Formats: sequence, structure tokens, C-alpha cells
Amino acid sequence: MLQLFKMSFRDLGRNRRRSFFSALAVSVGLMILMLMSSVINGEMGSAIQGAIILETGHIQVRAASYDQNKSSLKWEDLVVNPDQIASQISVLPQVKAATPRLYASGFISAGNQSAGARIYGIDPASAANDPYRLGIISGSYLKADDSAGLLIGKPSAEKLHLKAGDNVSLSVNTANGDVAEQTFIVRGIYSTNTSSFDSATIFLPLTKAQTITQAQNRASTVFVLLKDASYTEAVASALKGSDLKVLTWKDLNPLILDWETQANSYISILYLIILAIAASVIINTLIMSVYERTREIGILSAIGMRGGRIMVLFLAESTLLAVGGVLMGVVLGVVSAYLFNIHGFYIGNMGLTGFTVADTIFAKLTLNDTINLSILTFIVTILAGLYPAIMASRLQPVEALRAEK
Amino acid sequence: MEVVKIDNATRVYKIGTMETQALRGVNLSIENGEFTALVGPSGSGKTTLLQLIGCLDQPSSGAVWVDGKDVTRLNRNQRADMRRGHIGFIFQFFALIPTLTAYENVEMPLLLNGHSPSERRERVMELLKAVDLVERAKNRPDQLSGGQQQRIAIARALAPKPALVLADEPTANLDTENGTQVMQIMEKLNKETGVTFVFATHDPRVMKYARRIVTLRDGLIVENNGNGKNS
Ligand SMILES: Nc1ncnc2c1ncn2[C@@H]1O[C@H](COP(=O)(O)OP(=O)(O)OP(=O)(O)O)[C@@H](O)[C@H]1O
Ligand SMILES: [Mg+2]
Repeated sequence: MLQLFKMSFRDLGRNRRRSFFSALAVSVGLMILMLMSSVINGEMGSAIQGAIILETGHIQVRAASYDQNKSSLKWEDLVVNPDQIASQISVLPQVKAATPRLYASGFISAGNQSAGARIYGIDPASAANDPYRLGIISGSYLKADDSAGLLIGKPSAEKLHLKAGDNVSLSVNTANGDVAEQTFIVRGIYSTNTSSFDSATIFLPLTKAQTITQAQNRASTVFVLLKDASYTEAVASALKGSDLKVLTWKDLNPLILDWETQANSYISILYLIILAIAASVIINTLIMSVYERTREIGILSAIGMRGGRIMVLFLAESTLLAVGGVLMGVVLGVVSAYLFNIHGFYIGNMGLTGFTVADTIFAKLTLNDTINLSILTFIVTILAGLYPAIMASRLQPVEALRAEK
Repeated sequence: MEVVKIDNATRVYKIGTMETQALRGVNLSIENGEFTALVGPSGSGKTTLLQLIGCLDQPSSGAVWVDGKDVTRLNRNQRADMRRGHIGFIFQFFALIPTLTAYENVEMPLLLNGHSPSERRERVMELLKAVDLVERAKNRPDQLSGGQQQRIAIARALAPKPALVLADEPTANLDTENGTQVMQIMEKLNKETGVTFVFATHDPRVMKYARRIVTLRDGLIVENNGNGKNS
């Protein structure tokens, strides 16, 4: 057995360049697999994470009749006494923050420019709104009792040529179906590095939003962030039972979850293609090797080596290629995933509507993926070696000996 | 005792619709210890006959016994086992494994037969001494001359102590001097160890070493001179 490996090893050495490039094909295949899985991981993770933090939270509590697509402000569609509900939820040990929010739609205009806007009435003091506070890039954040200030996202500010301190006119739909128009001061400009969110969302203090929309002491939702997403089901079922509707991040992000399943099936197909390419290079190398060594196989057979052993000889060769290729591939994969992890991968605003995707993807390679993909590549390489090995073991000694040198 | 007995063997090659009668009914018996040449014009069936004796190929009809076994009844693996245990081969091209050293080439059949490392070492050194190539043990085949390669092939053929060594034109690719040296080594080993040699040749200088000459023509034995025994 050892002798067989010695022979295969020397044989690979006999045609070093070809062996190297076949091992390289395996390793590049593995590297691409690792990179893809790490980018997908990073992307999925950050897309869902981003959507939860910026838009949906882990859980929302709403009036049963509330329709989020209409941003309805009718009193019967809103949560009454949201502060009280929020503070009751905050007491639960798994909850990081619970805060009322009021959503309204409208548009903002400055000079002769205007743009549609989603208006978020938020409690500036709540930790749930930290991502917005931390995103302030000029001017200042909101105060709870500020009745003339708003926050605007960087893309809209640029579009409307607004600076902190400028006046803007905001028109907002109200509870009784009218439109209220009022002049505000841009207190601050924020960026969450998520173009789709930033270009649409305007923040007002909750109290001011309730006043201008005439929602009074009502909110669209109580927004809940948990200490960990794994508590979602437990907390959600604890909150059920009243006549309010309890929605989880899974209910609120159907598009991202759909997209994830779909992406996963596309990825599997891509994986197969990459593996098939690597496998065909290996098959090719080994078939060449069988042809080149036809006479040698004949000699081995003549001196009494059984077909099974000849097969093992060639399998040993593909095993060596697999080991070399996988080792190289893991190194290449880790290095490239690391580079992508540091520098990220700018995709800009992909123009996707309906869910929130950050503008930069960071690769995230897990140990699990590394191990699984390495094993997968290893197995595929060995399997690729099977056909040439069987071919070698089936050669008739007489035919093999007659082969031209 | 008979090492080889062939009973009315034929071998027909079919290529497409064309059939070639390479052997047309050969009867032959070879005793232990013979040093026998198969001669005859090109295409007369020498190689085909050696392949039947060597269990590399099977007759279209008739029977072949080697070392008392009817080898026409054996399957692929059993024939490989037969070759490994009982038969040594020497070919016209020197048929060494290019990636292995001279030493490792001679060792190969011993490895396949599962001999211990010390047994292997002892046997390989003994054979390298017999073919006078001890100092070339570490060389690869491409670092050896044709004559030296053929001597290594002889050592390899004898390594598992076979009953029978088959050589197909062992000197055809060698000059006179190397050819003579190869024949002398084969003759010496035949006398010293009693192993049976059967070789196919065209070469009159080789024939004169033979103690029995079997002549083939068009797939039939037409002449059979000498008893092949040590006189
Ligand atoms: N694999 C094969 N397929 C078809 N015909 C073959 C095959 N091998 C040998 N023959 C034919 O069988 C006949 C005998 O061939 P063989 O090789 O045994 O002759 P030989 O005596 O060894 O000749 P040489 O002295 O040239 O080596 C020839 O006519 C040859 O063409
Ligand atoms: Mg011949």
C-alpha cells in the first residue's frame, strides 16, 4: 500500500506541471466555493440583521386591523396607550428595548424640489433608535420635545440640497384623511449606509408626529428588539392573547426570507457547476495518465498485479491530488475570504425595493462551511478519479503491453 | 516433470470481420529446467504462443497447463495470481517501471507476493549480484543502458523464484555484446537455479545458446530439435 502511494507520488512528480495545475483546479474550485459561501453568509446575515435593526425589529405589536402597506392612521387601526404597552414589554428579561412608533406617509419639499417620504415618529430616548442616532453625520439628533425638527437621510438631503439648519416643508397624511403641511427645520442628516432606507425615511419625535397626524395618544406599532433573535418565538407567544396582533421578524421580512431560500437553491446549482469543472479537470488528468502509462500498467499486470490493485494505484494518485488541492484551496479560500471580510464588497443601492440591504457586503467564512466544502471537494475529486482508475484496471495485459512507447 | 503442456491450442484474432489464425493447433510439452528457443519467421505465432503459456492471453480452443494447472479455466484475477507466483517475463523493450529505481523494480514482484522487508532485501541484493548491477541499484531505468535495463528485467523476472521464465525477443534491441551478455546471464541462471527458460527469437546468435529449438510456421510447430535438457 505504501509502495503504491510512493509510485503514485513519483508519477505525479514525473509530470509536475500537469499535476500542479490539476491540483490548482481543485483548489481554485474550493476557493470559489468558500468565497461564495462566505459572501452569501455575510450577505444573508447582514441583510436580515439590517432589516431587523432598521425596520422591523424582532417583534411588533399592532392593532389587529393595521395594514402596513397603507400606513393607515385611522384610530381603529392604531395601538392605544402604546407607552404603557411598551413599558410592560420592556420588563421581560429577553427584551432589549420596546418603543412605540407612528408611521405616516407624505412628502417633503424644499425650493422647487420634492420627494415622497415615509415618516417615522420615534421616541428619541429609546435604545431601539440608537442606529439612527449613531448614523447622524451632520447637525444633531432629535429631542423628545422638539416640535419643529426632523431628521433626513443623506441621499434625500443631497437630492434636495439640504443642510442641517435649513427649512423644509413637510406634508403629512392625517388620521381624518386630510393632509397637514408645516415647515420644519432639518436638525440632522443621518446615514445608515442602506440607501433604500435612507432615501425614503424622515424621522420626527413621536409626540410631534402624533400631533401633526392627529393620532393623539396612539402609535402604529410597538417596536420590540430582543437581546437575541432566538428568543423571538418565546416572547411572541408570551405577548399574544390580547386583541392586538403580534408579528415576528419572520412575518415582517417575507421577501428577505424568500430571497434567502431562492438564493440557496441557485447557490447549490453554482456549487455543482464549479465542482463539475474541477472534477472534469481531474478526470482529464488521470485519463491522460492512464493512456501515457498503458504499457506500464501492462507490465504491472504481467508481473501479477491484480486489477483491483492497479485501481488502487490510480485512486492513490487522485487522493494525492485531492489532498494537495484541498490544502491549497483552504489556504486560498481563507485568505480571499479574509480580504473580503476586511474590505467588504460594495454593491451600492441595488435598487431592490421591499427590503433593506446594506450597500456593502462583508464576507463571513464559518469553520463549518470550510470543513463541509473541503470534505465535499475531496470526495468529488476522489470520485472523479474513479472512472480513470476503473479504466486502468480493466486494461488487458496483452493490449497494454503492445502499446507504443 | 512438465512445466508446460499445450494440447491442440488455437488462437484466432478477430478484427472486424477479418480473422487471423495465429495458432492452428499447437501441441507442446516443456520439461522443468529446459532452455528452449521458439523460432520462426515474423508472424508465425511465437509471441502468441508465449502469451498463452504466460497466462496473458487465452486460447480460442485447446488447453494449456502450467505447473500442472489448467490455466484456461482461470478468471482474470486467478491468472494474475498465476503470473505472480509461477511465471517471470522478459520483453523485447526492457519493460521496467520508469518511476522506480533498479532496486525497486526487482523488489516489485516480492512486494506483490507479500515478502517481509528483510527477505526482500536479501533476495534483491542476491539477484543484483547475479546480474552484476549492485552498484546501479539506486538508478532509475532512464539512467541505465539497454543491456543494463534488460539485466534488471531478468533479475525482476527471477525474483519470485518462478517455475518458468518467458522471454520474447530479449536481445532484439541490444547490440551483439550486450545481447551475448544477456544470453550468458540467462544460461548461467538456468544452470544454477534450474529455472525453465523459454524464449522467442529470430537471432541465430541467440539460437545457438538454446538446447532445444521449436520452430513455428504459420501457427504450427514444424520442427522440434533437442530435448532442452542440460547436457
Ligand atoms: N492482437 C492481434 N490482433 C490481430 N492479429 C494479431 C494480433 N496479435 C498477433 N496477430 C497476428 O497473429 C499472427 C501471429 O503473430 P505473432 O505476434 O504471434 O507473431 P510472431 O511470431 O511473434 O512474429 P514476430 O517475429 O514478428 O514477433 C500474425 O499474423 C499477427 O499479425
Ligand atoms: Mg513476436
